[in-house]
Amino acid sequence: MTIPTKMLILLPILLSFLAAIINILAWNHRRWQRIVTLVATTLNLLVALRIFMVVYGQGPQAVQASNWPAPFGITIVADLFSAIMVVITALMGLTVAIYALADITPQREALGYHPLYHTLLMGIYGSFLTGDIFNLYVWFEVMLISSFVLIGLGGDRGQLEGSFKYVTINLISSAIFLAAAGLTYGVTGTLNMADLRGALAQVPGGFATTLGMMFLLAFGIKAGLFPLYGWLPAAYHTPPAAISAIFAGMLTKVGVYALIRVFTLLFVQEVAYTHSLILMAAAGLTMVIGVFGAATRSEFRRILSFHIISQIGYMIMGLAIFSPLALAGAIFYIIHHIIVKTNLFLVSGVVNWMQGSYDLKKLGGLYKTNPGLGVLFLIPALSLAGIPPLSGFWAKFVLVRAGLEAGDYAIVAAALFVSVLTLYSMMKIWQFVFWQKAPEGVVERGHGEGENGRFFRLLPIIILATCTIIIGLYAGFFFDVAQQAANQLLDPTQYLNVVLQR
Amino acid sequence: MEILLAIIIGVLYAAAIYMMMSRSIVKLIIGLALLGHASNLLIFNMGPLVRGRPPLIHEGAEVPIPPFADPLPQALILTAIVIGLGAIAFAIVLVRSVYQQVGTDDIDELRTTER
Repeated sequence: MTIPTKMLILLPILLSFLAAIINILAWNHRRWQRIVTLVATTLNLLVALRIFMVVYGQGPQAVQASNWPAPFGITIVADLFSAIMVVITALMGLTVAIYALADITPQREALGYHPLYHTLLMGIYGSFLTGDIFNLYVWFEVMLISSFVLIGLGGDRGQLEGSFKYVTINLISSAIFLAAAGLTYGVTGTLNMADLRGALAQVPGGFATTLGMMFLLAFGIKAGLFPLYGWLPAAYHTPPAAISAIFAGMLTKVGVYALIRVFTLLFVQEVAYTHSLILMAAAGLTMVIGVFGAATRSEFRRILSFHIISQIGYMIMGLAIFSPLALAGAIFYIIHHIIVKTNLFLVSGVVNWMQGSYDLKKLGGLYKTNPGLGVLFLIPALSLAGIPPLSGFWAKFVLVRAGLEAGDYAIVAAALFVSVLTLYSMMKIWQFVFWQKAPEGVVERGHGEGENGRFFRLLPIIILATCTIIIGLYAGFFFDVAQQAANQLLDPTQYLNVVLQR
Repeated sequence: MEILLAIIIGVLYAAAIYMMMSRSIVKLIIGLALLGHASNLLIFNMGPLVRGRPPLIHEGAEVPIPPFADPLPQALILTAIVIGLGAIAFAIVLVRSVYQQVGTDDIDELRTTER
């Protein structure tokens, strides 16, 4: 069956929307909800791979909503960077959905987990595929409202406190984003991103840069950039493992995607100031502060949350250096990071399932009872720290090399230093959870639920660990794709032509 | 008119930030609502404010005759108001359940997840 390209790039959004509606209709039928969730996420992965193949083979693709020509209508556009992000989202959507079969309790399912999961994915797909800055705001809100409910779903005290902070800071960020979008319209008279590129180039003085800084503030909060990251480690460790895994993998990366998009397509008027100074400093500080935070914590998911912040720094470092190689490194890093970080959160969920805690001091001895799980933890953990030949090594290697070529030695030194500390805190988790003897009173659980629970928990972890190894072994291909995506970002002629139909 | 609106927007932003500085959760929510209103008015002020000239195309003409009210900012605000309403409604419900669980409206008490 061949699907017309114009339909194809709308499908991830439409499929998620359809799945959400069916899930609402089947509110009291858990079995059906689960089947719909699995079918929809599987189909979306196939669609995403097809989108990737089309965009990889034929260049960027665009659809004008209701045939209103750009810049008057809303354009949905997929260039290679968007296509990569859609594929990764679909992969995470499927694996986390499988994990959630075992992890999300029937009580949470009855409160509407399934429909919200799909609206969350819909918001993420929409953010990656839209070509309009106000439409991006709308997709952000779709994603955020879903995530607000998901993070608080179930209503434990910790969850409520975490979600309260999460909601507050995100509403502030949205208000800033909204004001920035409004001002952009006031200054240029357009909201289409392709059209804005030309319009912003003609804006006098520092208007464009000022707007850029407002967007940096708005997206920086969502991405967890220094010094706006405080909400992240206060919130991400509170919901069930499946929910925090999809949050950890995807949500901050939507912020990073938006930053990369606006700071390659729109705000390139004063690169020496915006990129080389502001973004560079933010990247370096984010890396270092994040990893220090992780080194001092002793709760599994809090350590991982701080590492998210630290890793965001690497991605922004690629954007800040602003050379083709560095951007390719940043894109490669995002691919690697989403897979690895989601996987680590899933492993932490399994550990909690087996021994009933996330606190490192209350865990131990898992390598003796579950050597397989130990290996499954080590693969993403070592990849995160950047041990060859896993994916993280290549991601860091490319970024460091790009930094050296550009002569930004300070940020390279920070990156290498942070990498060592990352290894340290991964080894700390290994030491406490897997290697040393279990402390008194730890009861091995997790065999009562039968083999199904075990299967659904371990399958996604195995899939993601395999992806990490494959990316490491075939780094050449993945790097080539990232390089092409970076080239499209730095020279958006194709993107502009396809959106503006020139 | 634009200047008057600009002053109102500034006051709204200032009030929003003042309310958000408070330790009371309820005041924080009021601050967030005001922040949303300020942003909406800001967008409203972006199109030139024109009274009594709707953007209608007269018979036989191709485009409306300027000056006419810019419909786009109003469409944007409409979207933003709806989204803001939903978000604030959710935040109020959330605050209520936080209050029921924790038994206080003091933000400083909400620290258990940071230890």
